[in-house]
Amino acid sequence: MNNLLTEPVLTALIAGALLAMTPIMFAALGESISEQAGVLNVGLEGMMLFGAYAGFNGALYIHSSWAGLLCGALGGVVAASVMAVLCVRMRLDQIVIGVALFLFAEGVTSLLHGVQFGDEYPRIGNTGEIQVPLLHDLPVVGESVFSQHPIVYLGIALVFLVRWMLKKTSLGLSLRAAGETPTALDAAGVDVTRTRTVAVLSCGALAGIGGAYLAIVGAGSFTPLMTQGSGFIAIVLAMLARGKVVWVIVMSFVFGVSLSISTALQLARINVSTDVVQMLPYLTVIVVLVLFARRSYLPSALALPYFRGER
Amino acid sequence: MSTTLGADPVVEPGARRRAPGGGRLEAIAQAVVPVLLSVLASGVLLAILGRNPFSFYGAILDNGLLTGFGLQQSIVRMATLLLIAGGLIIAFRANLWNLGGDGQWLLASAFVAGFAPSVVNAIGGAVGLAAMLVLGAAVGAMWTVVPACLKAVYEVNEIITTLMMNFIGINLANILVKGPFLTELPGVPRTEILPLDQRLPRIGDTQIHVGILIAVGMMLLIHFVLTRTAIGLRLRVLASPEAARHVGVRPVRLTFMAFAASGALIGLSGAVSMLGDWGSFRADFNPAYGFLMVPLVFLARLNAVATIAFVALFAVIQIGGDTATRKADLPTDFILVLVGLLLFFMAITEFFRLRRAR
Repeated sequence: MNNLLTEPVLTALIAGALLAMTPIMFAALGESISEQAGVLNVGLEGMMLFGAYAGFNGALYIHSSWAGLLCGALGGVVAASVMAVLCVRMRLDQIVIGVALFLFAEGVTSLLHGVQFGDEYPRIGNTGEIQVPLLHDLPVVGESVFSQHPIVYLGIALVFLVRWMLKKTSLGLSLRAAGETPTALDAAGVDVTRTRTVAVLSCGALAGIGGAYLAIVGAGSFTPLMTQGSGFIAIVLAMLARGKVVWVIVMSFVFGVSLSISTALQLARINVSTDVVQMLPYLTVIVVLVLFARRSYLPSALALPYFRGER
Repeated sequence: MSTTLGADPVVEPGARRRAPGGGRLEAIAQAVVPVLLSVLASGVLLAILGRNPFSFYGAILDNGLLTGFGLQQSIVRMATLLLIAGGLIIAFRANLWNLGGDGQWLLASAFVAGFAPSVVNAIGGAVGLAAMLVLGAAVGAMWTVVPACLKAVYEVNEIITTLMMNFIGINLANILVKGPFLTELPGVPRTEILPLDQRLPRIGDTQIHVGILIAVGMMLLIHFVLTRTAIGLRLRVLASPEAARHVGVRPVRLTFMAFAASGALIGLSGAVSMLGDWGSFRADFNPAYGFLMVPLVFLARLNAVATIAFVALFAVIQIGGDTATRKADLPTDFILVLVGLLLFFMAITEFFRLRRAR
C-alpha cells in the first residue's frame, strides 16, 4: 500500500480526475440552469454529443482548441434550439423530446463521422493545455492542477458566476421563478417562454462545451457515442445539487476521481475492477439518501409546460 | 414532489381520443402520419448521402417483416420490448418515473443467465425455466425497492434514484459476469451458454419462443387491470397524492406495489430474452431497450393495447434496420436517426391533435 501515495500516482489521479470532471461539470452546470427554469433536459447527453462532434471538427480544421470549444458551444446550442422550440414554445413533453433528441444525436453524429472519416479516427495535434507560470513547478499539483487547458479554470469560474447570476441578478430571479411559479413570473410581466428559452439555450452551450472538451482535450479525437453516459451523470448531479451550483464542482470532482482512480491504482500496481469503482459514487449517494433521507427539493414546475391562464 | 409530469394521467387516455374531431380514421392518421414523415425525412438524408432510399427501406421491410426469418426475429424482439413497455406503463400510470429500466433488465438478465444452465440441468426443463422466469421478475422487482422506499417514505424524487440504481445495476451485472458467473469460454467474459434444446420452447417449427405469448398475455392483463379494475383506478389516483389521501388510497403501499410490478415485468423481460434468444450474458452488454421504450409508451398514451402496435413497428425497424444499414454501408446507428425522427414527429402530431381538440 505504501506505493499508493507516491508522486506519479497522485499526479495521475488528480490529472485524470480533472480531465474526467470537466465535461460533467459543464453539462451539470447547464442542466442546473435549465432545471431551475423548469425544463428537465433529458437530452443533455445528445447536446454533449453534438458539441463533441462540432467541437472536434472545429479544432481539426481551424487548428485551435479555442475555436473548437466555440464550435462545440454552437453545436450544443443548435441541439438545444430543437428542444427550445418543441418543449418550450410548443410545450411538448420534455421527457419524450429529451429521449428523442438523445437517440437522434447518437445516430446523426456517428453517421456524420462515418460518412466523413469512414473507419479512421484523425487526431488533433495541439490540444492546448497550458502550464501556469511558477505554480506549475510545485510537486504533484504542478503537473496536474496547474497544467490544464485554461477552459478548466474558466469553467470553475463560470460556476461561481452562475451562482451569482442565479442569486443576485434579476435574470436569475426570473429563471428561478420560471421553474417555481411561472404564473407569478407571467403576472409580473416577464415572458416565461423567453426566460425558459434562454435557460435551455445556455444549457445547450454549456453541454456543448463539455462535449467539445471531451473530444478535443480529453480524447484528442471523436469516436461515435463517446460521451458514454456522462450526460446522464450530469443530470443526476444537477438534481442532487438542487440549484446550489457550487456543489456541482465538488460532486463532479468526486465523480472525476472515481472515474480515474482505477488507472491511478494500476500505476500503483493495485488492480481494482473499474466496474466496482464506477459504482461507488452512486452507491454512496444512495446510502446517504437512505440513511439521512434528505428531501431532494426540485423546482415545483419542473418538467411542466407552461400554459398561460391555466392553473 | 407532487408534480405531475407530462400529460395528466388521471384522465382516461382513451377518453381523449373521443374528444371533438375524434374518430377511428383520425386515430389511424395519427399513427401513420409520423411514420410517413420520418420515412420521408430519413429518405432525403439517405439521398443526400448517395444511398438509394427505396432500396434501403425495401431492405428494412424485407429483413424485418417479409422474409420468414426476419419476421420471426422481429416477433422474438417484440417479446422482450413488450414486457419492458408493460412495466413502464404500470409505473407511469401511477406517475412514478421509473427511468432505471435498463439497470433492472440487465441485472435480472445477468442473474438468470448465470443460474439458468445449472438450475435447468438440475431440476429439469419446464420447472427450471419457470423458476428462472420467477427469478428474473424477483430481481427486477428487488431493484425498485430502494427508489420506491425513498419515494414513498421520504418523497425523494424517483427520477434521480432510479437513474442512479440504473448505473449501479449496469455495473453490478458486469461484476457478476466477470466474477461469480464467469466461465472459461474464450473472448468477452460471459456466462455459461444455455444449450439450445434447454431454452424456452419454440412455437411449431419456428425460431419464435413462447416469450411472445407471455408478453402479449401480460399486456392484455395489464390493460384489463388498469382499465377495468379497482387497482387500476387506484394507481391512476396515486398520480395525485392529495386526491389519493382524500379517497383513502394508501399511497405508501401502492407506490411499493406499482414499483415492484414495474420492475418485475422488466426483469421478466430480461429472463425471457436470456432464456429464449441469447442463452448467455456477455460483459458490457447493454442494448438500452428500457430507455427506448420510455417515449414509446408515452406516445401510445400509456395504453397497453396500443403499445403492442407501436412495439411491433419498432421491432421491425430494429431487426430490418440492422441488415439494411449493413447493406447500404452505413453505421448501424443510422437507425437511431430514423427512430429519433419518428419520436419527434409523433410528438408533433400529438401537439396538433391536442391543439385542435382544445
